Amino acid sequence: MAGRWGYSPAPESTEIASVRDTYGLFIGGEFVEPLSGDYLKTINPATEEVLSAIPIAGDQDIDRAVEAARKAFAKWSKLHPSQRAKYMFRIARVIQERSRELAVLESMNGGKPIKESRDVDVPLVAAHFFYHAGWADKLQYAFPGHEAKPLGVAGQVIPWNFPLLMLAWKIAPALATGNTVVLKPAETTPLTALTFAEICLQVGLPPGVVNIVTGAGPTGAALVRHPGIDKVAFTGSTEVGKEIQKTIAGTSKKLTLELGGKAANVIFDDAPLDQAVEGIVNGIFFNQGHVCCAGSRLLVQESVAARLVDKLKRRLSTLRLGDPLDKNTDIGAINSRDQLEKIRRLVGIGVEEGAELYQAECDIPDRGFWFPPTVFTGVSQSHRIAQEEIFGPVLSVMTFRTPDEAVEKANNTPYGLSAGVWTEKGSRILWMADRLRAGVVWANTFNRFDPGSPFGGYKESGFGREGGRHGLESYVSLEPSR
Amino acid sequence: MATVEALPLEIVDRIGGAVDQVGAEERAASLSRRSIKKDSKLWALDLAIRCCDLTTLEGSDSPGKVRQLASKAIRPAPGDPSIPHVAALCVYPNLVPTAVEALRGSGVKVASVATGFPSGQMPLELRLAEIERAIDAGADEIDIVISRGLFLAGDERAVFEEVASSKRAAGEAHVKAILEIGELGSYDRIRRAALVAMAAGADTIKTSTGKVSPASTLPAALVMAEAIRDFEEYGGRAVGLKVAGGIRTAKDAIRYLVIVHETLGDDWLSPDRFRIGASSLLNDLLMQIDFQRNGFYSDPDRYTLD
Repeated sequence: MAGRWGYSPAPESTEIASVRDTYGLFIGGEFVEPLSGDYLKTINPATEEVLSAIPIAGDQDIDRAVEAARKAFAKWSKLHPSQRAKYMFRIARVIQERSRELAVLESMNGGKPIKESRDVDVPLVAAHFFYHAGWADKLQYAFPGHEAKPLGVAGQVIPWNFPLLMLAWKIAPALATGNTVVLKPAETTPLTALTFAEICLQVGLPPGVVNIVTGAGPTGAALVRHPGIDKVAFTGSTEVGKEIQKTIAGTSKKLTLELGGKAANVIFDDAPLDQAVEGIVNGIFFNQGHVCCAGSRLLVQESVAARLVDKLKRRLSTLRLGDPLDKNTDIGAINSRDQLEKIRRLVGIGVEEGAELYQAECDIPDRGFWFPPTVFTGVSQSHRIAQEEIFGPVLSVMTFRTPDEAVEKANNTPYGLSAGVWTEKGSRILWMADRLRAGVVWANTFNRFDPGSPFGGYKESGFGREGGRHGLESYVSLEPSR
Repeated sequence: MATVEALPLEIVDRIGGAVDQVGAEERAASLSRRSIKKDSKLWALDLAIRCCDLTTLEGSDSPGKVRQLASKAIRPAPGDPSIPHVAALCVYPNLVPTAVEALRGSGVKVASVATGFPSGQMPLELRLAEIERAIDAGADEIDIVISRGLFLAGDERAVFEEVASSKRAAGEAHVKAILEIGELGSYDRIRRAALVAMAAGADTIKTSTGKVSPASTLPAALVMAEAIRDFEEYGGRAVGLKVAGGIRTAKDAIRYLVIVHETLGDDWLSPDRFRIGASSLLNDLLMQIDFQRNGFYSDPDRYTLD
């Protein structure tokens, strides 16, 4: 006689993470009140509870931050590279020491499951600082025959899906190459960035090397257009990316953009299906699908489509949606009400367009922002849900018959950030990787990241690379060695 | 147990399928990080006892040893009636009569290894005769080994025929086919061997004899569970899973239960469809149950060593 086994709640304790009632802007090595006098409330998207009041940096605050960064640049860029490495290694180690606290904060403020912030986000953050600390005194080997000079002050604007990880992707290469930064975290997820500011103080990083200004869209816009900025790095929506390009056109500011995506995850009939199902789940439901490189379009060879979709639906029923701080939660909260509404709107469009909707049965908590794992079958290339980035736990399934058709459909998108290929045939993986117009092509896996591996897009997914030697290039000007 | 007809070997090709090693190991590792606490842990510990095949397979096994273990199988915690009996006592064929005698009326099944355990390197007639001997002596369940040599040499048909013959020889008894995953070399072969054994009529597929290293592993159990799931879909028959070898702690046992739960579903969370072959595991399960109930660990000598 079989029984029903429900896992008891296993919440991670929040005691380790102290959230202050109010924060300051981190400028010139101290927390200061905003000259604007304005604050916004940051909440826990799983409960809608207010966590803290966060300053909104105005134009004058941006002036102060850029000035502090400029002042710090003079010394920081002349510091012996091994000294820069020393600070960065310290940062990496403190991130490891405070990893549980950072993971809890990330899940409280952003809604992502603790198992992801604990096992993916925070370890990768530390890895990024370790990796780039290693480069700081070896730049001549990154660019043989050249001298790599820092650009100056970098203005960096990051999104809410991987708050601390995107901070690391931005700050680590900038610091390693001798730049100073003014970083604006996303409106909805400022807490780990502000804790990172505390870490900068803890490791004795010289004042002004890292400045963190919080706020919403207008704060980011003010930072990007500030004349004292030499380099703009942005991760976020394609729409905002285009605005930024317009804003800085005609200036000497260097720019890297990491924007949206609509990645194809291509499953051939010889693929290991059970592992492919895991890859699909990881591709689209990881971080509630709030991933720019999410595998949101599933392209399945028609001969195995029915079987694969059956397996996928069955797997969906085992996904556990709920409290992000529960160690067994697979699907956390949607990051914000706005994002939830966007997902609902696009899913509604998918239904109207005639695609077949499948959602796993799951209990949705009464409060907070939630969306069940969703799969659309019978999707055509011409459907909006196959074209537009949904940025939620919503998968569009399409079929193909031949490898050529798979490539054609995979590339038939304005984006080009990532792609996945699932097949047991090694030669076909290489054949596909040659033809897919995407910055990253994963073979028999999905959503794998490493600081040594460059990440970035084609077409409307942006330009420039982050990570690896290529990522350093965005933060230096190269002059032939004397 | 109802007699099961073998399906044609062709079903193995029809189900087919490949396994990606990296992906399977990652999935198993991710499931092993499930956090099982409080009531759900107590429930799992109780289930693990009910699914336990308490095992002794040593050259030194004697009637005395088997009688002691039988007593443990019936009452793992004497004096605590809330603790259930285990599923079966697993012994060598020679000791089946002793086990039958000692377990009579208890509800604990008698399982016997057979077919030249653990290597299976014995003429087929002798292996089948061994099954018949064990059945005649009263065994309810037979743990057979597949011929890994034949399988690795590529003769799936011969393996299929042997398992089918063993199943026939066992009559009404429940047949568990041991794949000995430690000798198969890849997850693809583990999947394939699992499908062949199931097609041939095995009621349960089992990871290992416990005599070869590695014995049972989480990814191998996952791959076998996935094969069971596919086989049910294609063949319409629910096959059981037994993990055995090296499972010594309650934590390990719960990890296997999570894999079964999330791969095959609640229907497999029962001794009819899931078994753990072990000897020292039982006391750790008892100790952890007491810890859950009392909030502290008891002296290890409060748990009987049989």
